[in-house]
Amino acid sequence: MPRNTVDLPYHVEHLSILDEKGQLDKELEPQIPDDLLLRLYRAMLLGRRFDERVLSLQRQGRIGTFAPTTGQEASQLGAVAALEPSDFVVPSFRETVAQIYRGAPMESVILGFGGYNEAALLVEKGKDLPNSVPVGSQVLHAVGIAWGIKYRKEKAVAMAFFGDGGTSEGDFHEGMNFAAVYQVPAVFVCQNNQWAISVPRSKQTRSKTLAQKALAYGMPGIQVDGNDILAVYAAAAEAVERARSGEGPTMIECETYRMMMHTTADDPKRYRKEEEVEGWRKRDPIERFQNYLKDKGLLPDEKIQDLESEVKEEIQSAVDHAEELMKKYNDPLEMFEHVYEEMPPYLGEQREQLNQELAERGQEETHG
Amino acid sequence: MAKMTMVQALNLALRQEMQKDDSVIVLGEDVGRDGGVFRVTDGLIDEFGEDRSLDTPLAESGIVGMSIGMAIYGLKPVCEIQFSGFTYLAFHQIECHASRMRWRTRGRLTVPMVLRAPYGGGVRALEHHSESREAFWAHIPGLKMVIPSSPRNARALLVSAIRDPDPVIFYEPKAVYRAFREEVPEEEETLPLCVPQKVREGKDLTIISYGAMMRPTLEAALELKEKDGIEAEVIDLLTISPLDETLLVESVKKTGRAVIVHEAPRSFGPAAEIVSRLMEKAFFYLEAPIARVTGFDVVIPLFSKEKEYLPGPERILRAARRVLSV
Repeated sequence: MPRNTVDLPYHVEHLSILDEKGQLDKELEPQIPDDLLLRLYRAMLLGRRFDERVLSLQRQGRIGTFAPTTGQEASQLGAVAALEPSDFVVPSFRETVAQIYRGAPMESVILGFGGYNEAALLVEKGKDLPNSVPVGSQVLHAVGIAWGIKYRKEKAVAMAFFGDGGTSEGDFHEGMNFAAVYQVPAVFVCQNNQWAISVPRSKQTRSKTLAQKALAYGMPGIQVDGNDILAVYAAAAEAVERARSGEGPTMIECETYRMMMHTTADDPKRYRKEEEVEGWRKRDPIERFQNYLKDKGLLPDEKIQDLESEVKEEIQSAVDHAEELMKKYNDPLEMFEHVYEEMPPYLGEQREQLNQELAERGQEETHG
Repeated sequence: MAKMTMVQALNLALRQEMQKDDSVIVLGEDVGRDGGVFRVTDGLIDEFGEDRSLDTPLAESGIVGMSIGMAIYGLKPVCEIQFSGFTYLAFHQIECHASRMRWRTRGRLTVPMVLRAPYGGGVRALEHHSESREAFWAHIPGLKMVIPSSPRNARALLVSAIRDPDPVIFYEPKAVYRAFREEVPEEEETLPLCVPQKVREGKDLTIISYGAMMRPTLEAALELKEKDGIEAEVIDLLTISPLDETLLVESVKKTGRAVIVHEAPRSFGPAAEIVSRLMEKAFFYLEAPIARVTGFDVVIPLFSKEKEYLPGPERILRAARRVLSV
């Protein structure tokens, strides 16, 4: 018997609509209403300026370590723009731009970076999950949520985010497998930013694409230019529609680049060349989208200037508010809350112990 | 009332909770058509269908991680890990997410799930099928660690665990699964979590235990009465963590002597925590050092020697007599 090639139901496509030179593939151009286009541009700009601002706060010691997002605005926003507010986003720890677009107050983000558990109190009763730090582990939560959606016959979708490094984790594979077996309404968005701290994409996996990993699970996988918001949006809209209509999960690999350090505690000069970063700077997602909007006549120069000052003001007022809140959220006893629904007696005793310590310290300070 | 084994009593708890609440979903490896390798989920697939008695791919982290998502969504997943020795493949999901989601979101999102797993030795099993590692979970804030000891309390505790708003690790003593039968009422019965139970009244000595060790403990108490004329008070913890020591302290203040029994390894085991709490709250009532009767600090041996590893009535008696002789 001859050796036959097994016919798989899917193959990997690469999608690019608006390339780095500003060339637009008219045939593939998604039909996005003007107001959404402008909302996305504003969100990209806000995300970029916010990232710059919190980096300077961190360098001044006013907040702690965080994971910058610069460069990944399109690959985050293009994905969540395809969602409804009633859908679920399950982020990793670098989806700040997407989270703000979905309604997370910037104050909350700053408080979180500033080391305040109380940051969570500012998040309204939404459906999105909080940041998940252990890499890849959150993928499974999206599957459980999507399973629930299917069980309750709702029309919602759960969208999970993870990075190129995350695709090496077991939980990513278990999640993809479970999602496909149960055909749940999930969308898996890989932010392939080329670096998992110091380990490049090429050392993360021998696979030619990350998207092809979907094929092993019997799920469609697509690779898109992650710095092309039109391509990310088109792929996400297709995947969300597939999920919503009961046709199961999809994986999207967004090829993008982490322009900054992994976190503010990292020094990328130790492991990557400046030329590489410069190369990606030419593929900047905001500049590209800005040119597209200009060509469409949606974004005159004075509008850009107005938006710049608008987001600057908005960020400043969030920073001011966050710093006020930091003064307000100064009760160490808060750490004992929300461990269980009901506080066990021994925890009450430990709380009282700290309360005493604080009272004694207060007295010493008064009398000392 | 019908006389039931623990397996049947657990099945009754699952069946009745699933009848009452369609958000209760059972999932795990072989829990559907096969009814679970110990048959705890037997027949649930026939009554509730494949969606509510859900066979999963063979991946523990997947089972637990998916359960966390289901619970956040608003369901009440009861997942089964086939043996507690395989829960470690999901350790990070439990420690990093199940136990912390309430904490992380300051109460916005919660994980009301139950993880069931058979634990403990005594059934001549393979490696990884006989451990008693409840201390791992008891050490994690945000989790509840529950271990029943009999068919009746297993049923009542499982119902309470399913209804509990926090994540519960529910270890089932597989040595007790079919060891004896007990009257279990058909009508609903619950037991509060985090409340130990006095199962034998006594004035001379307090013996504290839980799970599969309750049987040898009660045997030892009986022999103490018959041979030594000693009245031992016996307490069944039922919930290992969060531990409420009130009853334990009260009892030791009365008897002045205590023995703690578990099959888990000794060092850093549950008994160590109980001894500390008794020292903190009943030290001046103690007539003798507290004794621990536990598994040894080794990996539980393969089954040709597990009998010598596991505490039995004799080892408990010896410790009790030593404590009584001071």
